[in-house]
Amino acid sequence: MSTRIETVAVGAAAEAPPKGRRKLSEGARAERRFGWLLCAPAVIVMIAVTAYPIGYAVYLSLQRYNLAFPNLVHFVGLSNYGAVLSSKYWWHALEVTLAITIISVAIELVLGMLLALLMHRTLFGRGTVRTSALIPYGIVTVAAAYSWQFAWTPGTGYLSGILGQSAPLASTIPAIGVIIMAEVWKTTPFMALLLLAGLALVPEDLQKAAKVDGATAWQRFTRITLPLMKPAILVALLFRTLDAFRIFDNIFILTAGGNGTYSVSILGYDNLFSALNLGVGSAISILIFICVAIIAFLFIKGFGTAAPGSDYLK
Amino acid sequence: MAAANTTGRQKLGWGAANTLAVVLVAIPVLWIASLSFKTPAAVTCTSRWGCFWPSQWTWANYRGILTTSSFIRPLINSIGIGLISTFIAVLLASMAAYAVARLAFPGKRVLIGMSLLIAMFPVISLATPLFNIERQLGLFNTWPGLIIPYVAFGLPLGIYILAAFFREIPWELEKAAKMDGATPYQAFTKVIAPLAAPGMVTTAILVFLFCWNEFLFAISLTSTIASRTAPAALAFFSGSSQFTSPIGPISAAAVVITIPIIIFVLFFQRRIVAGLTSGAVKG
Repeated sequence: MSTRIETVAVGAAAEAPPKGRRKLSEGARAERRFGWLLCAPAVIVMIAVTAYPIGYAVYLSLQRYNLAFPNLVHFVGLSNYGAVLSSKYWWHALEVTLAITIISVAIELVLGMLLALLMHRTLFGRGTVRTSALIPYGIVTVAAAYSWQFAWTPGTGYLSGILGQSAPLASTIPAIGVIIMAEVWKTTPFMALLLLAGLALVPEDLQKAAKVDGATAWQRFTRITLPLMKPAILVALLFRTLDAFRIFDNIFILTAGGNGTYSVSILGYDNLFSALNLGVGSAISILIFICVAIIAFLFIKGFGTAAPGSDYLK
Repeated sequence: MAAANTTGRQKLGWGAANTLAVVLVAIPVLWIASLSFKTPAAVTCTSRWGCFWPSQWTWANYRGILTTSSFIRPLINSIGIGLISTFIAVLLASMAAYAVARLAFPGKRVLIGMSLLIAMFPVISLATPLFNIERQLGLFNTWPGLIIPYVAFGLPLGIYILAAFFREIPWELEKAAKMDGATPYQAFTKVIAPLAAPGMVTTAILVFLFCWNEFLFAISLTSTIASRTAPAALAFFSGSSQFTSPIGPISAAAVVITIPIIIFVLFFQRRIVAGLTSGAVKG
């Protein structure tokens, strides 16, 4: 055990810039201890709030545990998972969540790229655009969701009024459309800012050289800008996909999951706070966690060496 | 930049695109602001094009929500929980980020991996177990019951941003301090921490925005206005009496909780952009 740590520490110390010429092993050991000491509080909090509850959720998901019948708690094996996976509500929620995730992230990628190009290229008003783009990012999702809800309320809203008092929130597909619209408005600026940082890394000389060689603007974009931005695009897509998959706030305010617009997060919340069913609720929690892990795994495989955080380990 | 060969037509095109972007951002914000100034009669509107601006203006919605404890108390909760969570998260994240950026120790890879995992964690997966754990520990519906998860979710963001900032700091100064006899702890608090202040401010802003915005924990781990934050209270807001439409008061409350964000954005936009994009594209 100790020899293994010793080897790692020596290897790491060799990479780090030389720090004095004192006895290396002693200095390295003090540094190691100090490093652990500095990280300990953060690690303890993160484990207490994530790893431990997830482990506890696994345990709960194997119990029959309904808060309405607290005396009937007992071990039931995987039957909660069976109940969820054979329920049409789970599969509907998963379909709705995947549809919202895929459509909104796709729209955000296109609009975010346009907004990033706008912020990168424009010569005047750059500050105004950037400042105003940060407002949707910063605004409380609940406040923005209310704005959209009231805008589409017949007899009140300007959007509903323009479309002849239409009530899109009252039927499934149009309501999902409104949810996607609210999600896109809120998160496109975040996507744009991540892409803008990637755009800044594309050397201007390369663009000029291609222009001299007669490349059109579209060719320069697809042949130079996009390939060089691949890491930034993948990071932005990963963050936004996982974030969109856990969509909750917008749906909760806009429809409360009514008319078949519930996502997996809404389903989990309803099982806990309406049905008071901790066992089934925990099984849903674990299944959502597994879905997120699968999505993250697929993305990380796509990243290869460009995975976020890998630069900290060089 | 293409400054040299920009023609008038191109300028016009960029100008139009800029205006379009600003208008698309502004409309939902102006709409909720407009609703907040409408009288209950003006909220009801069936005209095709004339519903956007108030036909009658009033301050009554603001007067109403700013005198009811069902909004003021959550507002205080939001500010208190946000500030305390931000302080703790920035403190703990600075320590960890310093270690990640500067020290050689085994387990660094695990820490970074764990942070990334938590940043992408589905909150609902934690809401169910945390609800039960906090009930048993007596933390349910208390400030610490929200502060602890907020710190945990602020930490990955903080460690990530601060580690990126800390690596840009001129470390020769630290070495010089150590040569002058400072311990690693003194080198951290006396030399590096002041230099790291801008990064810490950026982190603090982003963590505070996260806490201010958070909704799912806020409704799952609370049950009354004793600890419910403003966005959560807003979702359960139902007007001062059952006979008045809550649209005006909800809009006024939404505007009140949006104003700090707009001020933050106006004052700190450079820092926010730097923080959001740090580390994200360096890989």
